[in-house]
Amino acid sequence: MTDQKSPASAPAAGSPDDAARVAEFEARIAQGESIESKDWMPERYRKQLVRMMSQHAHSEIVGMLPEGNWITRAPSLRRKMVLLAKVQDEAGHGLYIYCGTETLGVGREELVDQLLTGKAKYSSIFNYPTLTWADIGVIGWFVDGAAIVNQTMLAKASFGPYARAMVRICKEENFHKKQGYESVATLANGTPEQRAMVQDAVNRWWWPSLMMFGPSDKDSPNSAELIRWRVKRDTNDTLRQRFVDLTVPQARAVNLTLPDPDLRYNEQTEHWEFGEIDWKEFQEVISGNGPCNRERLAARRKAHEDGAWVREAAEAYAAKRQAVSAA
Amino acid sequence: MTNDSVSATGGATTAAETQWDLWEVFTQEGEGAPHEHAGSVHATTAEHAMQNARDVYARRGKVVSLWVVPTGAIVASAPSDAGPLFDPGNDKAYRHPQFYKTPRGARGL
Repeated sequence: MTDQKSPASAPAAGSPDDAARVAEFEARIAQGESIESKDWMPERYRKQLVRMMSQHAHSEIVGMLPEGNWITRAPSLRRKMVLLAKVQDEAGHGLYIYCGTETLGVGREELVDQLLTGKAKYSSIFNYPTLTWADIGVIGWFVDGAAIVNQTMLAKASFGPYARAMVRICKEENFHKKQGYESVATLANGTPEQRAMVQDAVNRWWWPSLMMFGPSDKDSPNSAELIRWRVKRDTNDTLRQRFVDLTVPQARAVNLTLPDPDLRYNEQTEHWEFGEIDWKEFQEVISGNGPCNRERLAARRKAHEDGAWVREAAEAYAAKRQAVSAA
Repeated sequence: MTNDSVSATGGATTAAETQWDLWEVFTQEGEGAPHEHAGSVHATTAEHAMQNARDVYARRGKVVSLWVVPTGAIVASAPSDAGPLFDPGNDKAYRHPQFYKTPRGARGL
């Protein structure tokens, strides 16, 4: 989802991208033109896009797991229908983005294989467990809220297929956040037990949600290049601040507290200042040692294997139809 | 597209899987609107492509019609052809109404 850990590397000396073509490409970007998959682009631009888009697509797919976990236990038919629709949307969003990477010549099967073998990265947030029903509301409010901040920026990305997928996703995702906040507000106005449950969920999800925007600018090797090429318009820290500024008043409106003693409004900057993020925890989670990394991958692999018969049946049916029409 | 690696191993999914054919999807959002490119899906047959396109690109109420087209059947212009193809359309100001002078006082033109 956000660009997470990846080594910075300048284009190698003697790179095949000749300077004149790069200059022409950068001039197009500077004029705000949209780059399409058949256009010439520096190899490094293509690589960065494949890296970002595949991480983003994987995040949508893995993101179905923590929420899917609660579909059978939703407390009412209304909440169950909403959650089913949301999880189905996440599958669709993953497919929109995989479809964008395919225009760059990277097949979906290749990316899915990287995900199933544990080689691919996805958003750190989905490696945390959903312990109670309140987590589902808080995920919609925080996690989808953070994703919208990021994706609204990406809808203006210089690469056309990525930007168009983001526009489509942003249109659909507003309901994800609103249903989450509605659920949170309902619990916050409920019994003392319900209030305690939702406050506990807020306490557990707040910091991991801030980590979704990726490393701090000073430790984000990809940012400058991505901004120069207008894949991104804002840095990780700018987006994180935007999310905090949006969310603090929403928490106050339903009388929930955010678990940060350093949170205070700065009248001069008109921003909410917040405490230091535990970057050690972030590094642990993206290195595969979060609370649910293994469980998520195992669940994804099982779903893929359990679905094998459906793929086989579809192929057998297609082959039979072909044989009939050939006869 | 057949999938030898899967059927030959009796459903093992660890082997590399062949990807189904790619289809481009066009959606019409409302009566009278044009069909616009929405994205692509993988599918075994046209019928299957239609079902996948419905699930992926028509989950909200707006779509009234879908087209699915095998990606390989689309012939697209190359960026390098843009000059020879489209330049001839750029220097013909007389194809636009603004090119023509209208006598003062004439209306409804």
